[in-house]
Amino acid sequence: MTQKMVKVGLGSCGIAAGALDVYDYFLSDDVKKNLGDTHLTVSRTSCIGLCFAEPIVEFYEDNKKIAYGHVDKNFAKKIIDGILFGSLPPENRILDDEEVKKYIGPQVKLALKNCGVIDPENIEDYIERSGYSALKKAVHDITNTKIIDTIKESGLRGRGGAGFLTGQKWEFLLKAEGEKKYLICNADEGDPGAFMDRAILEGDPHSVIEGMIISAKATGAQLGYIYCRTEYPLAIKRITKAITDAREKKFLGNNILETDFSFDIIVKEGAGAFVCGEETALIMSIHDRRGMPNLRPPFPAEKGINGSPTNINNVETFANVPGIIANGAESFNKYKSGNSTGTKVFALAGKVKRVGLVEVPMGITIREVVQEIGGGSSTKYPLKAVQIGGPAGGCIPKNLFDTQINYDSINATGAIMGSGGLVVMDTSSCMVDVARYFLQFTQDESCGKCTFCRIGTKRMLEILQRITEGKGSENDIILLEELSNHVRKTSLCGLGQLAPNPVLTTLKYFKEEYIAHVKEKKCPAGVCRSLIKIIIAPEKCTGCTICTKVCPANAISGEKKKTHIINNEACTKCGICIQKCKFDAIYKN
Amino acid sequence: MENCCNNKNDSTLQADAEEIIAVAGKEKAIPILQEIQKKKGYIPEALLREISSLTKIAVSDFYGVATFYSQFRFTPLGKYVIKLCNGTACFVSGADILYDTLCDFLKIKNSETTKDALFTLETVACLGCCSLAPVVMIGDRVYAKQTPDSIKELLNGIIISEPCDKSSGARL
Repeated sequence: MTQKMVKVGLGSCGIAAGALDVYDYFLSDDVKKNLGDTHLTVSRTSCIGLCFAEPIVEFYEDNKKIAYGHVDKNFAKKIIDGILFGSLPPENRILDDEEVKKYIGPQVKLALKNCGVIDPENIEDYIERSGYSALKKAVHDITNTKIIDTIKESGLRGRGGAGFLTGQKWEFLLKAEGEKKYLICNADEGDPGAFMDRAILEGDPHSVIEGMIISAKATGAQLGYIYCRTEYPLAIKRITKAITDAREKKFLGNNILETDFSFDIIVKEGAGAFVCGEETALIMSIHDRRGMPNLRPPFPAEKGINGSPTNINNVETFANVPGIIANGAESFNKYKSGNSTGTKVFALAGKVKRVGLVEVPMGITIREVVQEIGGGSSTKYPLKAVQIGGPAGGCIPKNLFDTQINYDSINATGAIMGSGGLVVMDTSSCMVDVARYFLQFTQDESCGKCTFCRIGTKRMLEILQRITEGKGSENDIILLEELSNHVRKTSLCGLGQLAPNPVLTTLKYFKEEYIAHVKEKKCPAGVCRSLIKIIIAPEKCTGCTICTKVCPANAISGEKKKTHIINNEACTKCGICIQKCKFDAIYKN
Repeated sequence: MENCCNNKNDSTLQADAEEIIAVAGKEKAIPILQEIQKKKGYIPEALLREISSLTKIAVSDFYGVATFYSQFRFTPLGKYVIKLCNGTACFVSGADILYDTLCDFLKIKNSETTKDALFTLETVACLGCCSLAPVVMIGDRVYAKQTPDSIKELLNGIIISEPCDKSSGARL
């Protein structure tokens, strides 16, 4: 008898796209009744990474696999009918598609090797794919020095963004003096436009736990915290279950694998503060205080939780550890570019055809990620820039798309690698407005401790607002640069030090857009509402009255079959009429 | 009479406070605040004072922590909380137009609740569903690729499904 199985991708994105309805349908009594004697295993996994095709269902028959994208309940019915009558629906086949090959081809899955493959709530699935074998090796076969040496040799650097050498950090903790030592897994992924850590926690929680246990073994830590943002309920649920399961299997808790080594993990829910991604602020938050950063030194490796030595690594960093220990440093550092090794996970989003979670080897160019994996522009406009690294990062223009992805090359552009947000923008995005958007974010999230971060970002935001409203002057641009440098130099933590990056990079690469705003009072991209006018072309308008009906401000008037008129005083420039006009008769000026 | 009611309030307050401490413990402010909000939907001042008197944490410490983190709020929420994502991907895909549409439709601004206590509007930094931008979350459900039309349709659907007091027009 053949083995048949359907597997549904149940990550947050998939669920948002309706995957839970499909999963519930496969489990329903209706389906069971229909299938009769035909046995079908219904299984789930997390984010498969092909977010552009969610919800995704994979059908397995013996060793054959067919993957379907954009599956709704109706299509799920067709799959069930296909199983019954032996002819599966050929439509929507995605894995054989050229498109998916292009998307997956350049990727290398190390941190994400299990994401979208295993059932994240089933520890046996993880063990079956060599899960916890690295831990066994670390506990039974190799010394703590060897563990740290292997991590050092692999060249793994902090994937949270700063890129500090992980092995070195572990060594600091090992050498630090103190009776108690702590580990923290930083899962406070706050960058807007980033969801890598969430996908790993939801899709492969045991890899993070195993990475932490190995780190504890090597450094002598007794207790670990996973500090996860409260906005990720599914990630918290899955990591909590994984911890319980790992304890039952003796991978975690007292006397791990029947040895003297003991280590445990607590999940700590954040309460919504971007600055808590900074390590000293995160520790304050674990201490149950306002999450404000402290001066370093002392570094957490000397004085962290409860004044004891503490090491902090990001989710993706820990997820890379089991693979490196199990397969050796060269399995990781064979991907090398400059002084960066291994892979980096990016949340590819914005104006490209294929968006989703991608893991690429160091050294790949931005162009390859955007054009080959992403498939180029998804709109009628050409691409203009990528924003990399979130609010602390910067905008890299199209003419630098051949930049290789590694810590140094990205830093050289003025942006930072960051935690992995990669948002692609086309020519319909105004770079001044993008800078204003990020500054609004950092200004909101500034904890208020340092004067320049608190007030400087506010003044910078006011200047940017002035410019986007057409009230700016050339002096404003000079002032903006000056303030940026002051905020950068006089802030205590990364939030303030890097807050000016979006402004500085857009000033560096898109100064002409700033000049157009202040001198000609024009927004070249047609975004800044105070600087644009919506106009109806009389020769194209057929007087169909659609725009008069859709206008939320009732700013358009006109009789049937006669050219319509926009009242510019009332118009809010929302652009809905432009989208709705079937005759391309309305445009921005 | 008045005394009697106050006593009654006091005793429910005390019961609520004890229940929260039983779950969240007496030591840490953030878990206590999270538990209050889970139970009540917001942080009522009277309850906070009651809990403060039962723990060693001063009201001012609670207040300091609660105002620092965006999760906590001091006013009750509407029945449906609309979280409009303003992450980078949603921002470049037109989240600002959705915001204008929602404000116009509900006659409220960010962080406000409609008069009938049906909807609260909140813009949030990122829901992490960037591939489905622009997104809106209502309750626990995320709605992908929204447009001004689709979002109005969504809200109209909710309004129609809600029972309405015919005499006063108020929602039940």
